[in-house]
Amino acid sequence: MLSQALLLIGVGLMAGILGALLGLGGGIIITPVLTLMMGLPIQYAIAASIIAVIATSSGATIAYLKDEMLNLRVAMFLEIATTVGAVLGAVLTGLIDGQFLYFLFGALLLFSVYNMIRKMLMKPENIKAPTPDPAAEKLKLNGAYFDKAQGKEVNYQVTNVPGGFAMMFGAGLASGLLGIGSGAFKVLAMDTIMKMPLKPSTATSNLMMGVTAAASATVYFFNGSLRPEIAAPLAVGILVGATLGTRLMQIMPTKVLRLIFIPVIGYMGLQMLLKGFGVSI
Amino acid sequence: MDNEVKKETQDIELIIGQILRIGVIIAAAVIVLGLALLLITGQSGYPAGVHPSKPGAILQGVIAFKPYAVLMLGLFLLILTPVLRVVVSIYAFIKEKDHLYAWITTIVLVILVIAMVIGYLG
Repeated sequence: MLSQALLLIGVGLMAGILGALLGLGGGIIITPVLTLMMGLPIQYAIAASIIAVIATSSGATIAYLKDEMLNLRVAMFLEIATTVGAVLGAVLTGLIDGQFLYFLFGALLLFSVYNMIRKMLMKPENIKAPTPDPAAEKLKLNGAYFDKAQGKEVNYQVTNVPGGFAMMFGAGLASGLLGIGSGAFKVLAMDTIMKMPLKPSTATSNLMMGVTAAASATVYFFNGSLRPEIAAPLAVGILVGATLGTRLMQIMPTKVLRLIFIPVIGYMGLQMLLKGFGVSI
Repeated sequence: MDNEVKKETQDIELIIGQILRIGVIIAAAVIVLGLALLLITGQSGYPAGVHPSKPGAILQGVIAFKPYAVLMLGLFLLILTPVLRVVVSIYAFIKEKDHLYAWITTIVLVILVIAMVIGYLG
């Protein structure tokens, strides 16, 4: 029993670091470890992954609030979209073809990867400055954060608020219907659509995903899918890992962060797309 | 970003951060206690493959100091931390007289509570 607990704490540690860094839930690490390595039935693995999302979110948020990395107003405003999407998604389960959705969301992730790579290869002077959005001004969404890697404060504007809101609704729908992408779509909504810098985008995604996951977690908690001997050591590892991840993210240059983000999102997109074709990897 | 909004935001983030920290520490402490009980006694307090998942059963188990019940309590407290964060945010926005965001956050809380009730009943 001790060796299993230690293994789970270790897995949690890794998932917590990666999750806090990239604003993801860590399901990408946890689900395969639990199902493939430990042979756990999928519903137990999903239940444990949901707890992992909450542990990552709350663990990372403490540090990101203190260091003012995240954008609280962006999070609150967009949480309306994610929570409504998640509730609707949960209600619609069974009415919508899951396979088609996997295909759609997978394609969306891969398209984002293509866009990000293209943008990275562009010369900086060719990248258009975001056009100020009056809605962002009205909702006080524009923000600032201190970048430890650059040693200076970075002010930023938020643009295309309706687009980001729509994408967040999709993110909520995806997590409600399929239990996936709790973080990836949120980061993309802020980073790619609303043109927020990557660091506040991942930090804000960390804050938001806990709320979306809390509702799903109650389902698994009360229907008995949440196994305490699996979820508890995982949660402990994640809380420690997420704390480490928040330290790491702040000193890491944004470019390095993006170089980690792109392949992870690419892998997730590919996995979903294949699932859309009925292939599991 | 103008300085007034910035100062207000800092205050709000400080309040939320402090309370969230307390919530997470309590949840983590209960989970660690449960794990310690489980590993020291080598017993879950329940037959193999069984764990308590209903509020009444968990409460009874916690009073009897059964490791699995303590773990489930800790996990439940962890699930509540995002809710705590939203509740404290409403308070913080009201305190800083940011009525627009006090409303936005209240809407989020209402949707979240509805979703959790659906989850409990489902």
